[in-house]
Amino acid sequence: MIFLTRKAEFSSAHYYWNEAWSPEENQRVFGKCANRNGHGHNYTLEVTVAGEIDPTSGFVVDLKELKEILDREVVSVYDHRHLNLEVPEFKSAIPTTENIAIAIWGRLENKIPHAKLHRVRIYEMPDLFADYYGEV
Amino acid sequence: MKAHLSRRYHFSASHRLHTDAYDAERNRVVFGKCNHPHGHGHNYTVQVTVSGQVDPATGMVCNLAELDAFAQAHVVERFDHTNLNTLECFRHTVSTTENLSVEIYRIFQSFTAAHLERVHVEETSNNSFDFAGDAQMMAGTI
Repeated sequence: MIFLTRKAEFSSAHYYWNEAWSPEENQRVFGKCANRNGHGHNYTLEVTVAGEIDPTSGFVVDLKELKEILDREVVSVYDHRHLNLEVPEFKSAIPTTENIAIAIWGRLENKIPHAKLHRVRIYEMPDLFADYYGEV
Repeated sequence: MKAHLSRRYHFSASHRLHTDAYDAERNRVVFGKCNHPHGHGHNYTVQVTVSGQVDPATGMVCNLAELDAFAQAHVVERFDHTNLNTLECFRHTVSTTENLSVEIYRIFQSFTAAHLERVHVEETSNNSFDFAGDAQMMAGTI
């Protein structure tokens, strides 16, 4: 078993808001992230897959193919978009770093041929990131 | 669903690697330039990883502002612009980054809003240390 990690980047806007709460409660819990005009980040995505090395190609996965999958399933949907307003999974979930990691896992699971999705790591900024391993 | 959240904090401190258990020559041999008598310093980075169920109401493992406030009060304020060797926690142990990692892990154990997975401490861009607790530590013997 060997692990391979591919990075991708996207830039998006978002805000944190729970519709079930009052504006005051949203402000108290989410602070400046609750500004309804939104704000944005340059996100860095690291996707780690696990698998066996193909003896012929020497690959776990074809990196070009993995890049195309990340571009198609994630970057093309998230990049230069407002996550709350334009990405369907965040109609019902707040686009926190944790929920973005879980959502990207959902987008990639079973889409990567010959390898198992091991970890989705998403950096909101260099000093903050979330990991999701598919755990319930 | 269970997710892991990691956050990085920074502080700058001086230290000197030296133990009274060795004579001067042995200290020089074992610790090399880290034993220079007047100390030296680093920009340290602490990366703490916590885990837990993502709260459906907030989308969070824990409130980042709470984690930041805890880290600022108990880690950054405590170590930033200090000489580590003068701190109580290094009175009987060498101020290596291994020992610093254990101390920082011990500190973050008091943050109860999420499960502490590990601390990762970078002394320089080339040196880093991870501590995720161990059975002895869990038993409170450290």
